[in-house]
Amino acid sequence: MALKIVKGSIDRMFDKNLQDLVRGIRNHKEDEAKYISTCIDEIKQELKQDNIAVKANAVCKLTYLQMLGYDVSWAAFNIVEVMSSSKFTFKRIGYLAASQCFHEGTDVIMLTTNQIRKDLSSPNQYDTGVALTGLSCFVTPDLARDLANDIMTLMSHTKPYIRKKAVLIMYKVFLKYPESLRPAFPRLKEKLEDPDPGVQSAAVNVICELARRNPKNYLSLAPLFFKLMTSSTNNWVLIKIIKLFGALTPLEPRLGKKLIEPLTNLIHSTSAMSLLYECVNTVIAVLISLSSGMPNHSASIQLCVQKLRILIEDSDQNLKYLGLLAMSKILKTHPKSVQSHKDLILQCLDDKDESIRLRALDLLYGMVSKKNLMEIVKKLMLHVDKAEGTTYRDELLTKIIDICSQSNYQYITNFEWYISILVELTRLEGTRHGHLIASQMLDVAIRVKAIRGFAVAQMATLLDNAHLLTGNTQRNGICEVLYAAAWICGEFSEHLEDPMQTLEAMLRPKVATLPGHIQAVYVQNAAKLFATVLQKHEGETDSQAAQETSQLLIDRLPLFVQSANLEVQERASCILQLVKYIQKLQQKNVEVAEEVTALFAGELNPVAPKAQKKVPIPEGLDLDAWINEPPSESESEDEKPKAVFAKEEPKHYRSRNTEVDEKELARRREVRKQEQANNPFYIKASPSSQKVYDAPGVEHIPVVQIDLSVPLKVPGMPMSDQYLKLEEERQQKEKAERKKKEKKKKREKRGKGRKADSGPESEEDITPAQHVDIVTEEMPENALPSDDDDKDPNDPHRALDIDLDNLLSGFSSRPLADSEKLPVRTHRPEVLKSPAEDRVSESVPPETKKKSSKEKKEKKKDKEKDRKRSKEEKKKKKKHKEVEEELLESQPEEPVQSEETKEAAAPPTSTSAEEVTVPSSAVETSSAAVPESEPDEPKDTEPEDTKSSKHKKKKQKKEKEEKEKKKKKRHHHHHHHGEAGGEDSVQNGTVEEEEPLPPMSNYSVLAENSFIKMMREDAEQVYDIQGNHQDESKVVVSIIFENKSDSFLKSMEFNVLDSLNSKLQRPEGAGPHDGLTVPFQLPPGVSNEARFVFSVQSIVMPQKLKGTLTFIVKSDESSTHEKLDFKLHFTCTSYLITTPCYSDAYAKLLESGDLKGSSLRLEGINMPFHHLLARICFHHHFSVVERIDSCASMYSRSIQGHHVCLLVKTSDQTVSIDAKCDEPSLLGNVLDELKQTFSKC
Amino acid sequence: MIKAILIFNNHGKPRMSKFYEHYTEDTEQQIIRETFHLVSKRDENVCNFLEGGLLIGGSENKLIYRHYATLYFVFCVDSSESELGILDLIQVFVETLDKCFENVCELDLIFHLDKVHNILAEMVMGGMVLETNMSEIITQVEAQGKMEKSETFVFQCPRQDR
Repeated sequence: MALKIVKGSIDRMFDKNLQDLVRGIRNHKEDEAKYISTCIDEIKQELKQDNIAVKANAVCKLTYLQMLGYDVSWAAFNIVEVMSSSKFTFKRIGYLAASQCFHEGTDVIMLTTNQIRKDLSSPNQYDTGVALTGLSCFVTPDLARDLANDIMTLMSHTKPYIRKKAVLIMYKVFLKYPESLRPAFPRLKEKLEDPDPGVQSAAVNVICELARRNPKNYLSLAPLFFKLMTSSTNNWVLIKIIKLFGALTPLEPRLGKKLIEPLTNLIHSTSAMSLLYECVNTVIAVLISLSSGMPNHSASIQLCVQKLRILIEDSDQNLKYLGLLAMSKILKTHPKSVQSHKDLILQCLDDKDESIRLRALDLLYGMVSKKNLMEIVKKLMLHVDKAEGTTYRDELLTKIIDICSQSNYQYITNFEWYISILVELTRLEGTRHGHLIASQMLDVAIRVKAIRGFAVAQMATLLDNAHLLTGNTQRNGICEVLYAAAWICGEFSEHLEDPMQTLEAMLRPKVATLPGHIQAVYVQNAAKLFATVLQKHEGETDSQAAQETSQLLIDRLPLFVQSANLEVQERASCILQLVKYIQKLQQKNVEVAEEVTALFAGELNPVAPKAQKKVPIPEGLDLDAWINEPPSESESEDEKPKAVFAKEEPKHYRSRNTEVDEKELARRREVRKQEQANNPFYIKASPSSQKVYDAPGVEHIPVVQIDLSVPLKVPGMPMSDQYLKLEEERQQKEKAERKKKEKKKKREKRGKGRKADSGPESEEDITPAQHVDIVTEEMPENALPSDDDDKDPNDPHRALDIDLDNLLSGFSSRPLADSEKLPVRTHRPEVLKSPAEDRVSESVPPETKKKSSKEKKEKKKDKEKDRKRSKEEKKKKKKHKEVEEELLESQPEEPVQSEETKEAAAPPTSTSAEEVTVPSSAVETSSAAVPESEPDEPKDTEPEDTKSSKHKKKKQKKEKEEKEKKKKKRHHHHHHHGEAGGEDSVQNGTVEEEEPLPPMSNYSVLAENSFIKMMREDAEQVYDIQGNHQDESKVVVSIIFENKSDSFLKSMEFNVLDSLNSKLQRPEGAGPHDGLTVPFQLPPGVSNEARFVFSVQSIVMPQKLKGTLTFIVKSDESSTHEKLDFKLHFTCTSYLITTPCYSDAYAKLLESGDLKGSSLRLEGINMPFHHLLARICFHHHFSVVERIDSCASMYSRSIQGHHVCLLVKTSDQTVSIDAKCDEPSLLGNVLDELKQTFSKC
Repeated sequence: MIKAILIFNNHGKPRMSKFYEHYTEDTEQQIIRETFHLVSKRDENVCNFLEGGLLIGGSENKLIYRHYATLYFVFCVDSSESELGILDLIQVFVETLDKCFENVCELDLIFHLDKVHNILAEMVMGGMVLETNMSEIITQVEAQGKMEKSETFVFQCPRQDR
């Protein structure tokens, strides 16, 4: 062994370390790859050695090679070996390598779980730190699940260094294992107020990251963040919080109102630009979320715009950039305030920095109006000419098109101008946006009927000069516009002046070099043109010319027939044969034009992009159903060779189908027709309407008015400029005319519906040059154009959309169910301090619970989720209001703390009422908790479980579907409840459909004087240490001490006069009359909670204990000794533990005859039945076994094992309670207490 | 979230790369090349932000960079990070490197890649900012350095007892 080590270390002297490797690579610049491959061979040798130092060195070198782009995943196992070294140096090397190259697909990752767990609990904080850092990079769902609990524990580590890392990594754990979010959240929230600023910052970071994706679940944290925002001085934390508020305000406008003031203060006071900028951003978000009409916020907008202007004018390019970025956000809601800074923004267009120019472009988008569109676009066109890089030029191009086409061409007054702009854009070389220009051309030509004549003329010129464009034939290149040009010329060929010339242009041999899909359009539209030409010639009875045209086609088309592109080939050969046939007819002097044009007759309507998706699937059509019988697997192999003859099969099938279902076919035909009608590129075969002869729309097409008083062409100018000039003159003229108040007939005709009011010129006064009707795109009936289907279903953050509100406060909270708790390894049970776990570990020994519930857990989880969700929906609304109110009330300085702490303290101690809100989890505890006293019970429950397991499996499946179709969810829910029957619909006395419960508090005032107030919790935590009937039981009493005075309270001592039956538990060595020191002091206005343990012998009688609290009041000048007397009342119900019970076990218990009965009648109870039940459950620790209409059976068990059964019935304000118990005096006392509860209300 | 942190020199040679999402080695190299291409053609006195490259998240992400002598420090971040904040963070990173290496230069980063990673790990963890206070970062880095030294000492002379 020793020899080996020595040998290893000698070897090592000759090994290359990282520095040597780097040096070597630098010295082998010419044959780097070769050198590295020899190095990798060496590394492989080193990894084979036993010496860990050698291995670590090798792994370190691999990390470097990984950065250079070499795959080192083959060494994954060696990396794990190095990770598990006991030396920090090597461990760190291992974890670094792992973090660089491990990922979810790395299989050795499963081997690391235990090693990481060991490192996490290492006494050395840097071992833990290194493990956490590494884990943050390669955590997998499995690791997250297995280690979540360990990391949770680390969140409360004594060292802030570990705490902050543990907090931060939780975000990664949540992403990989969303189930951990709910159990971990309370602690995460706690860390927001950690004394260490680093930990606090980490917690803010994590919550912000979570809230950004699912803001609505974090609204309830708003007050806390608000407090942090007004108190924190850490700019990083402030920025994160302010950003978070930006995400929250859209959901809660009231929050926004509260925010404006502190934010504006920050804007005025801070010197940090980063903070100022984020404040402005969030104020903008707030203003967007508020209705814009609010007058008092115009000041805030002004402030923002003003600050942003300062940023934009700053010489720092970064600030300029951000200023523009934020400005574009204001633009959406308050365009007017931005438009006044147009000068500044246009100036930015000339900036040398491309990023800034791009941002300025974004702003321009929102600044155009009918008035300035032409001017702005002209400016942009100039930039297009100047632009050097293609990316920026392309960006300009898309922006120009965006600006012009926005909101359905709202700002375009002259479409001729727009077409010319598009044509000018085609002159750009090397652009990638040919397709975009083409689709704009098509869109305008189809939708703006009045412009077709002009468009066709322009397109004909384009086709004529196609050679200018064909230089660039790559896809999406500018030649795409020829596609549009050819189609427009063909489709609207009746507008062509010289169709013959265009036809010739389209059949030039050069066309064959164009991409296939464009050629196909050329060929098809050549045929359309051919039809037009024929018609023209026949109209003039020029048969000679007509025949020449046919000859031209016959000459040129063979070129396309030879095309390699199938589509071109097919179309060309089809049309060629057609033309040949036509030629034959022509030679016989038959008039063919009419029939040929009929081929292409009919109007094509524009279709909305999403129309096809919105076509509803006709009823009875199942797209997933087999059309034929699905082939059996054995057959398919045999029949493979037959596939050659498969053509016959469909025929066979079709004939059979027509016999069976004639209607179905007819309907399908309908659908197909509809589809074809909606498809602009589908060329209709049936000559339904003959557009040329009927020309149905001719009268409606407004004639373009060209004002001839202005010279038509300005020589030497690009075309679009000419329009700009025209437009200016036109506007001026109109203005002048208006001044003279001349109302010409011509203008009235043009500006139909426009009132010639002589007010100041506004946008509305600009008359469009052409009266255009923009045809809206077609959509199937009843379909709404929505974008809801654009969400990415694979987004990992969707899984984190978990409701956390009810974890946080109040009675209506949904506690963590057993199934939600983080998995803890059984062989090393760790007692967690989380409230949920606390309860379990105290009431039930964890080992037994695990065994009995493990199998059921999986199934139940789903079931529970189902049920909870529906319940939550109701609660959420309530929660919302609470949050709002809290927000409105909590002024930053106000000491609301006492209330908060009360609420915070409630969940951990109020065992009973909460735990049973989920019946299925309650069942678990019952079968586990009472195994000795009722050995039959678990067996009885078993078959039921298995019975329903089928249901559950189904549900699980459904659940998956539900996730995809959230809308359908509710429907499913009700369905489930129907299935599950009465037992399911009862939740602790609350039937789902009924109204929500009024809030109930379980704290009552114990005693109070001018200095202090003692509040005692009604529902003590009761536990039974021996589980033996004769022995003593212990009862925990929680008491909240609240300092009401302005002075400091200290040295509080709590003492009780023991009775024979009940004794205060004192520390060992203390005398029976000594008081207990309360373990805290109280500053003014603060409250805190202390717990005291009492031992109780008999529980059948209520007990009263007298006690005193003594304390010292210390003010600035003096200190006095004070005391407060109180009486502690132990009711019999406080000895009851909420224990759920199955209905058949309950029936058995009643049948057994061991129980003695008693009854009670209450008159004049005026509350809904479910409220009544809830009260009994809450105050007296019962659980509902079964509920049928206005009758319910309830059960509870005392800490000494007495069973108490109730049958509660109600009719007309009268409630009768029949009770049974094996201890009559206990029963009597419980009934008395019940009576008291209801007499109070 | 920070998606990636890249350091490369004026010629596009990677000096450190840390990706907080998994990519294959080839894609990583492509991202570095693309980023270098985007960043290197920018003038010295233009703004430090630009829209992300196509490979790493597209326009959702931003590249925030600083150019120091021969090195580019590029952070690729999403919208939840503050641009100016990250710019400050880069400054903190570089200053920390400067303190830890004593007048840092490109060669330091080349020969001590692991150390650079370790320093970075004290600032950013799993794509989230862990610590921005420079003295705190240096304290932790130095404490770990000391531990390492003490271990190598033990490691070099363990054979005395055998």
